[in-house]
Amino acid sequence: MITPEEAQNGGLLYAGHPACPGCGAALSVRYLTRALGEKTAFVITASCWSIIAGLPPLTSLKCPILHCTFPSAAAVGSGVKRGLVRKGDRETNVLVLSGDGGTFDIGLQALSGAAQRNEDIIFVCYDNEAYMNTGGQTSSATPYGTRTATAPFPLYQDRPKKDMIRIMAAHGIPYAATATVAFVDDMHRKFAAAREIRGFRFFHLLSPCPPGWGAEPDETIHLSRLAVESCLFPLYEVRDGEHYTLTYRPAQKKPLEEYLKLQRRFHSLEKEQLEAMQRQLDLNWQKLLQLIN
Amino acid sequence: MPVEMITGNRAAALAVQQAGVDLVSAYPITPQTAIVEDIADFWARGELGGEFVSVESEYAALSYCCGASAAGARTFTATSSHGLAFMHEMTHWIAGARLPVVMAVVNRALGAPWCLDPDQGDSLSQRDTGWIQLYCASAQEIFDTILQAFPLSESLLLPCMVVLDGFYLSHTYEAVELPEPEQVKRFVEPPRFAAQVDPLQPANMHGLASGEEVSRLVRERHRDLQRVPAVLKEINERFAAIFGRRYAPAEGKALEGAETVVVTAGSIYETVVSALPGLDKTGMIRIKVFRPFPAEELRSLLKKSEARRIIVIDRNCSPGAGGILAQELKSALYNDGSGPLVQNLLLAGGIDLSPQMLRQLVMEAPADCSGDLIMEQWGVDLR
Repeated sequence: MITPEEAQNGGLLYAGHPACPGCGAALSVRYLTRALGEKTAFVITASCWSIIAGLPPLTSLKCPILHCTFPSAAAVGSGVKRGLVRKGDRETNVLVLSGDGGTFDIGLQALSGAAQRNEDIIFVCYDNEAYMNTGGQTSSATPYGTRTATAPFPLYQDRPKKDMIRIMAAHGIPYAATATVAFVDDMHRKFAAAREIRGFRFFHLLSPCPPGWGAEPDETIHLSRLAVESCLFPLYEVRDGEHYTLTYRPAQKKPLEEYLKLQRRFHSLEKEQLEAMQRQLDLNWQKLLQLIN
Repeated sequence: MPVEMITGNRAAALAVQQAGVDLVSAYPITPQTAIVEDIADFWARGELGGEFVSVESEYAALSYCCGASAAGARTFTATSSHGLAFMHEMTHWIAGARLPVVMAVVNRALGAPWCLDPDQGDSLSQRDTGWIQLYCASAQEIFDTILQAFPLSESLLLPCMVVLDGFYLSHTYEAVELPEPEQVKRFVEPPRFAAQVDPLQPANMHGLASGEEVSRLVRERHRDLQRVPAVLKEINERFAAIFGRRYAPAEGKALEGAETVVVTAGSIYETVVSALPGLDKTGMIRIKVFRPFPAEELRSLLKKSEARRIIVIDRNCSPGAGGILAQELKSALYNDGSGPLVQNLLLAGGIDLSPQMLRQLVMEAPADCSGDLIMEQWGVDLR
């Protein structure tokens, strides 16, 4: 359990970073670096964090940052880790930070390659469910029913979101987990666990984006909590690609609509689309429960 | 020194092993594959010194080198044709990041259609990325050039391509003098360039910059690339003292009194040299360093001749413009002509052209450019 004193700790994130108000991606890094500690090096692919990291020589993090091209993050991160080890530094954790586009879409090849080789890095996807840094275009992490800049009214994303954790678990990696900013203890515990594991570790963080989702900045934590309480974004971890553990079970499953109605990206959907979304959620939740050991 | 009959690819692999690398990351493609197979073999037998990582694509191979080099490690990869084209985004990025990655490029034509023959268009089409490009003409030269590429690249913090023709060099057996490991150790010291990812000195590397900042960075790179001939000269002095061989950015034969001069790059030069012995009034020139383009060296080589005709042999074509070596040579020769002064305003980084800048450029007489007909000016200096 995080103490009130610890909650004041900004991790490796400096105050004054240029993220939007209520940015889930900035909060996530604040929380996760508290668990990882100072011996961390970031590799950041093209994403909102290319900006949040600050304009060099300014920096938002108290640790090294290496920016890289959009499709290369996992390969560059793997190279940094092996390079550091060759130079005698076995301790520094290399954390690759990527948005959903750099994970689900353009970075998937490098991610799959690095996971298959079991590279000793931590890959963190902060998922705001579209290309938010370029103004909110559809990615393959965009959930069914979403309106985006490239799926404007009357269109909407009509395909389901990729199941990234199961894709990664299928590589047999030592550790994969979901986490989100409303559940600080859960996130802290998972990153602290990942820090002690060698080999490839993958995190899928649901990261609310107030401007991209059409939500109020002060709703970030509420939205993150509703996504979990509705079982839309369950909190769980997978060890060695097969041992699934639910790390939080909602006492009572909340209706998805509570989550959707706070976000303009889901407005003006027909009743039947909303029902389809709830049905898909229920099915996904049941499938996950069957995997829980 | 023992002499062995080996292929050009084998010469490349042996040079990488002897130079002492921290990391080789690679993906197979014909005709390059034998280089990384040999390196994998050294790795398997514990004779590589560094690590070998087989990755899922050429893009990842170069990205892997990018990361390891940023941590201060000496890195190498090799590719050809489509592999190099796939790497293209990373070739730009690595040059911009000032990472001294060394890569062997075994020339092969780009599709469509599929073709395995050694068109030079794959490496030449990377000419604007900011890599040093060294073209080899023999297996011995491949070995020597890779040994030289590491200190060259690391002293200037510029990545370097060592280029060899597919099959004619990569798969042909030639006699190569292989030095003793101690000799190589005297020539190639362990890498000492600063790591960009240093937990003791955290920095935010390669994040967003303004066009003006980028313009200054590009200018710095452009000027550092132009230092290659001078640095290469020093490196060749040291190299010759140990191994007895030296290489120039461009070299010529039979130029005195020659009325026809044949100019080319790569192993074609060996054909030229062997096919034209004693041919009356015919000289020949080889371009070894293609980036930076050795304009001055070529002009002074040509001045030794009485050339009224230059035959440029290009195993490539830039459709819509012609042979790439010919284009570059023509622009180098412009400076020896009597045409108007070409004042070249560089707005690299994407900076804007202001009306004041343009007026200044047009109204002000150019500074004395000592007879040069080509003059570079940088937009960042005018605003």
